[in-house]
Amino acid sequence: MATALIELVGIERTFHRGDSEVHALRHLNVRIAAGEYVAVMGPSGSGKSTLLNLLGLLDRPDAGSYHLEGRDVTTLSADQQAHVRSARIGFVFQSFHLVPRLTAAENIALPMVLAGVAPAERALRVARALRDYGLENRADHRPEQLSGGQRQRVAIARATIMRPALILADEPTGNLDRATGEDVIRLLEELNRGGVTLIVVTHDGGLGARAHRQLLMEDGALHDDRWRRAELSA
Amino acid sequence: MSLSVSGAVRAVGRVRNADLIRFARAAASGNRLRTSLLVLAMAIGVAAVVVLTALGDGARRYVLNEFSSIGSNLVIVLPGRSQTGGFNPGNAITSTPRDLTIDDAQALLRASAVHRVAPLAVGTSEISFGGKLREVIVAGTTADFLEVRRLSLAQGRFLPAGDWRRGASEAVIGAKVRDEMFGREEALGQLVRIGDRRFRIVGVLAATGQGLGMNTDELVVVPVSLAQAMFNSNTLFRILVEASNREAIEAAKTQVGEIVRLRHEGEQDVTIITQDAVLATFDRLLGALTLAVAGIAAISLGVAGILVMNVMLVSVTQRTAEIGLLKALGATGGTIRNAFLTEAAMLSIAGALLGFVLGQAGAAIIRQLYPAFPAFPPDWAVLAGLATALATGIVFGVLPARRAARLDAVQALAKR
Repeated sequence: MATALIELVGIERTFHRGDSEVHALRHLNVRIAAGEYVAVMGPSGSGKSTLLNLLGLLDRPDAGSYHLEGRDVTTLSADQQAHVRSARIGFVFQSFHLVPRLTAAENIALPMVLAGVAPAERALRVARALRDYGLENRADHRPEQLSGGQRQRVAIARATIMRPALILADEPTGNLDRATGEDVIRLLEELNRGGVTLIVVTHDGGLGARAHRQLLMEDGALHDDRWRRAELSA
Repeated sequence: MSLSVSGAVRAVGRVRNADLIRFARAAASGNRLRTSLLVLAMAIGVAAVVVLTALGDGARRYVLNEFSSIGSNLVIVLPGRSQTGGFNPGNAITSTPRDLTIDDAQALLRASAVHRVAPLAVGTSEISFGGKLREVIVAGTTADFLEVRRLSLAQGRFLPAGDWRRGASEAVIGAKVRDEMFGREEALGQLVRIGDRRFRIVGVLAATGQGLGMNTDELVVVPVSLAQAMFNSNTLFRILVEASNREAIEAAKTQVGEIVRLRHEGEQDVTIITQDAVLATFDRLLGALTLAVAGIAAISLGVAGILVMNVMLVSVTQRTAEIGLLKALGATGGTIRNAFLTEAAMLSIAGALLGFVLGQAGAAIIRQLYPAFPAFPPDWAVLAGLATALATGIVFGVLPARRAARLDAVQALAKR
C-alpha cells in the first residue's frame, strides 16, 4: 500500500480554559490517502476545527504523531511548518479572510509573494487563476466590491495558486446562499478530481454527504468513519 | 513544480524586499489618519531638532563673528593677575599690582612677534557743542588703534602717528555721537569741549551697530596722553597688541609677558588673554548649549517613538485576522515581524524627511527674519536627528512586530 498523505497516530490535544481542561482531541488515529475527498462532521465543540488546524499545521498536538507525505511534521520548527503550509496546504475559510486593502489579483498572488516567487511568474499564474475561476473582470476589485461567491472563488484561487497537495476548507459555504454555495463546492470537487486531497469541515449534512468519506467527530474522538462505496467504485 | 513536504522544508524562498516594502506601504496607506498623525509626530520631533540646533549653532556663529570683528590676531594685556598659580608668600607682602603705563605699552613694540600696539585708557566724560551736552566714553589711544581694532572711518582721518606722550587736541567721534551732537551740521573741523578741554573733530568712525564689548558708535577717541591728563591718571585700561600673524599669537603672548615681567621687577602682575582663548571658550560654551538643546529636542523624538509603538500595537490588534491569514498562507514569524518593522521604518523615514524639510524651512524663515543671525542647522545635528528618528521608529516598532509574529494563528484566524 502506498504511503498515506496524512497519517495521524494517537493524537491528543487539550486546551486549558482557566481551571478546567478541555479534551479537544483524544486518541485520534486517522489515515487519509492522496486524492481523497473527506468531510469532517460533527456538532460544534466536537473537535473538528481543532483537527483541521492540526492538519493545517496551525496547531500542534500534545501527544501523538502526524505524518504528512511520509514525513513527521510535528517535529518541524515553526518556520519549517510555515514553509510546508506555503507549498503543500491551501486554506479556504468560512469568512473568506481576504485582505481588504488588496485587489482580487493581489489577494490571489499573496501566497506567492510570501514564498518569494518572482513577479513575472506571479503575474502569469494569477492571470491563469483569474481565467480559471471566471474572475477576469474582477481582477482589480477590492473584496468589498465583490459578491460572496466571488470572494470565495478568490479565496479558492488563492488556496490553489501554490498547487498544494491538500486543501482544507472550513465551512466553505457557511456564509453563502445555497446556489452560490453549490458553485463553490463544485469548484472544490473539481480540484479534487484533478488529484488534490480535499478535506471539508462542515455541519451541513447535505454537503458532508457529497464527500467520498465522512469522519464523524464527537467529543474529541472519531465516532464514525464512513465510506461511500458507490463513489469509490465510480 | 510541486514540492514534497521534505522539499518544501528546504526550498520555499523568502519574501522579496520589494514585495515587503509594497506590502508595508499598502498597509500604511490603509489607514490614512493614523499614518499621517504618526508621520506628523515624527516630523515635529525632527523639525524641532533641526530648528533648535540651528538656533543654538546660529548663536555660536553669531558670537564668533562678533569676536572676529573686534580684530584678528589680538593679544590683550590687562593690569592685575586674575589667575594665581598657587599661594606665594611674596604676594602677601607686595599685593598691589603695578599699573600698566604708556612706557609698558611702548616697550612691547620691541617684541619680534608683535606687529602693532595700541594703549587704551578709558573713562567717561561729557562732550558739549553748541549748547548740547552728552555723556560719552572717552578712549585715549594712539594711531594704530584703528588698525588693531579693525575699525574704519566714515569721514576725515584718525589720530596722527607720533609721540605717544604728546598729542594734538584732536578727537575722532563715533557715528552716534556725531548724529546726536551735530545732526545735519558738518562735524569735521568743529571745536568741541570734552571734560574741561577743547578738541577739534578730525574724523568720524563708521557705524558698526550693536556689537560685543565696547560700542564704538558712542565712543570719542582722543590721544592717550590727553585722556590720561583728563582723568588725572597715568595708568592704562588695556594694552591691545596685534601679533604679526595667527601663528605668532602664542609667541607674542610669551614675549609680552616676559617684557612686562622684566619691567615690573620680575613680577607677573598682568593678565594676558588672546582672542583665540576667548573664542575657544565661547565656542565650547555655545557648542555645549547647542548640544543640550539638541538633546531636549531629541526627547520629542523619543515621544514620537513611543507613539510609533502605540500606533503599531493598535495596528497589530486591528490586523490580527490578517496576521493569522498570512501565517496560514505560509508566512513565517520572521516575515510578519519584518513586514511590521518595515512599516514602522517607512513611517519613521517619511516623518524624518518631512521633519527635515520643515526644520530647514523654519531655519530659513528665521534667517529671513533676522539676517544677522546665521541660523544654519549643523550637519551633525541634522544627521543625528534623522538617525534618532529612524532608530526610535524601528526600536519602538520591534515590540509590536514581535507581538504580531508571535500571534497564535488559530486564535488570530478566529477573530474577524
